[in-house]
Amino acid sequence: MTETTTLPNSFRTGPDERGHFGQFGGRYVAETLMPLILDLERHYRAAQADPAFKAEFDHLLKHYVGRPSPLWFAERLTEHLGGAKIYLKREDLNHTGAHKINNCIGQILLAKRMGKTKIIAETGAGQHGVATATVAALFGLPCTIFMGAVDVARQQPNVFRMKLLGAEVVAVESGAKTLKDAMNEALRHWVANVHDTFYIIGTVAGPHPYPELVRDFQSVIGDEAREQILEAEGRLPDMLIAPVGGGSNAIGLFHPFLDDADVEIVGVEAAGEGLEGKHAASLAGGKPGILHGNKTYLLQDEDGQITEAHSISAGLDYPGIGPEHSWLHDIGRVRYEPVTDAEALASFQKLTKLEGIIPALESAHAIAAAERIAPTLGKDKLIIVNCSGRGDKDIITVADALGVKL
Amino acid sequence: MSTRFAATFTKPHPALVAFITAGDGDTAANLDALVAGGADVIELGMPFTDPMADGPAIQQANLRSLAKGTSTADIFGQAAAFRQRHPDTPLVLMGYANPMTIRGGDWFAGECAKAGVDGVICVDVPAEEDPELGPALRAAGVDLIRLATPTTDTARLPAVLDGAGGFLYYVSVAGITGQQQAAQASIDKAVARLKAATDLPVAVGFGVRTPDQAAAIARVADGVVVGSAFIDIIAEHGDAAAPHVEAFTRSLADAIRGAKEIAA
Repeated sequence: MTETTTLPNSFRTGPDERGHFGQFGGRYVAETLMPLILDLERHYRAAQADPAFKAEFDHLLKHYVGRPSPLWFAERLTEHLGGAKIYLKREDLNHTGAHKINNCIGQILLAKRMGKTKIIAETGAGQHGVATATVAALFGLPCTIFMGAVDVARQQPNVFRMKLLGAEVVAVESGAKTLKDAMNEALRHWVANVHDTFYIIGTVAGPHPYPELVRDFQSVIGDEAREQILEAEGRLPDMLIAPVGGGSNAIGLFHPFLDDADVEIVGVEAAGEGLEGKHAASLAGGKPGILHGNKTYLLQDEDGQITEAHSISAGLDYPGIGPEHSWLHDIGRVRYEPVTDAEALASFQKLTKLEGIIPALESAHAIAAAERIAPTLGKDKLIIVNCSGRGDKDIITVADALGVKL
Repeated sequence: MSTRFAATFTKPHPALVAFITAGDGDTAANLDALVAGGADVIELGMPFTDPMADGPAIQQANLRSLAKGTSTADIFGQAAAFRQRHPDTPLVLMGYANPMTIRGGDWFAGECAKAGVDGVICVDVPAEEDPELGPALRAAGVDLIRLATPTTDTARLPAVLDGAGGFLYYVSVAGITGQQQAAQASIDKAVARLKAATDLPVAVGFGVRTPDQAAAIARVADGVVVGSAFIDIIAEHGDAAAPHVEAFTRSLADAIRGAKEIAA
């Protein structure tokens, strides 16, 4: 837009006290929620200053989630591509199979601190729903998951998982019946139940302080990767690559490296059928607007009506992106590239065959970008790709796309 | 405060504030029916794809309107035409931040002023994000109508009132539109608290569906907001809803006027 951006001394100090990253972020919520959002921020500040909070978070990540997750040198993929060395950050090996659990652990500890007795969450593919239902079971709190009716139909195994974990799954029939509508419905439920309910938002979006606190809980990914690459290679990587829907796994990997000027950072948006057709690339194909509590790049028409996103990966199928990514995009610290359904599908199969790792379709988008970039770099270069989740949940979608009947 | 609001809230009876969604049904006919039936203030809803604070009735109205292709230009067209036909009835645009800010707050405020819109209610721009719309509206002479809710505590109230105009809209339940109604005792208490903090008229809404409810609120408040009940009538009768809208408006208006006479 027309605002001029001054580059800060550090890229890691945001958001400001009003929750803004440059022009993005903020607290665009109904007045009913505003006092609760302010209360959440006060409790988060207190938790940040409390060593016992960090100790409990670290304990659960180590002994329950199984952290640290390995940094795996993908030797066969590297040889196949003939360029830079590719390391995979194995978030797929976490309990529940993705990075989502890191954030859920942090938020349920906050819910406990605030004395909230009920948990709600939205979910698209069901990964965040499963992670939320998991921590709710662990802490013995009743949990309601809002999920678009279309997603409920196409993600039956995850719906059943959530129910096994004791969660109530509400199939949302409004709008396009996918993730965006699930988030609307979760916000509607929250507004009517603010006194006792904690909303565990699954990505680095929503009203401040959610983008900040989700990022902080996910930054364990980048903190570990940094230590692990120093141990393996004795130096920092030349490049990071991660998939971006809302962008929580990506910001978790990126944030600890933002001030390392020599580390190039690439976020991968879902280009669906291509940027000319249906896609979910908010940065490449959208413009700034206000939705779900924050200002950020959105897919929308000229009147500001939100348009439907599309990606083969349900986790990337959202018409917005976290506000910090919008800011990093505008100031040029992170480069965002589109990857199509077809490219992701090819990389899904390639990684499975070459490394014996079935990646989530979300992660396959990052692998596809690595395949594109690695051959253009020298063999002495290092790339870390975030393998944000495992792909077992996607095998039905992939079989469908390949014309295989299960 | 706009002169139309000032004139409305000095009438001998509390105001009936009526909400309908622009582009849902025959909007011009329904607006005329509201005025003919005795509505004192009109809230014209701007449809949005993602109406997060609304219950099923208004969600569906938004979708019906958008499915018919209602644009922001259409809504300003309806507003300007309403102002031509009804020079004295205050008109408020109510909606969500993105359609209001997509071309910039200054553009939106300018269009409001041109169309003769007196006030704007933006559901998801709280006091903390006032720069998004507030300065532009105030500069254009359009009142920014703020919402207070059961969760708006005394410490927070001054921030909510700072920069507010027109009237204060008390959302009587923590929840979405068209659902449960608040206990009258809690409304009485809240209105007293709000009136102690501001000179702005206080209108009460959310969950108000019947003349009896409207009358009970009118005994303590300066205005009563009814929305989803009108939307239900329009959903049922489609383009032929106007006579039904007018009859229901009259029943509400009569109850509100009667209530104040009893109270006096």
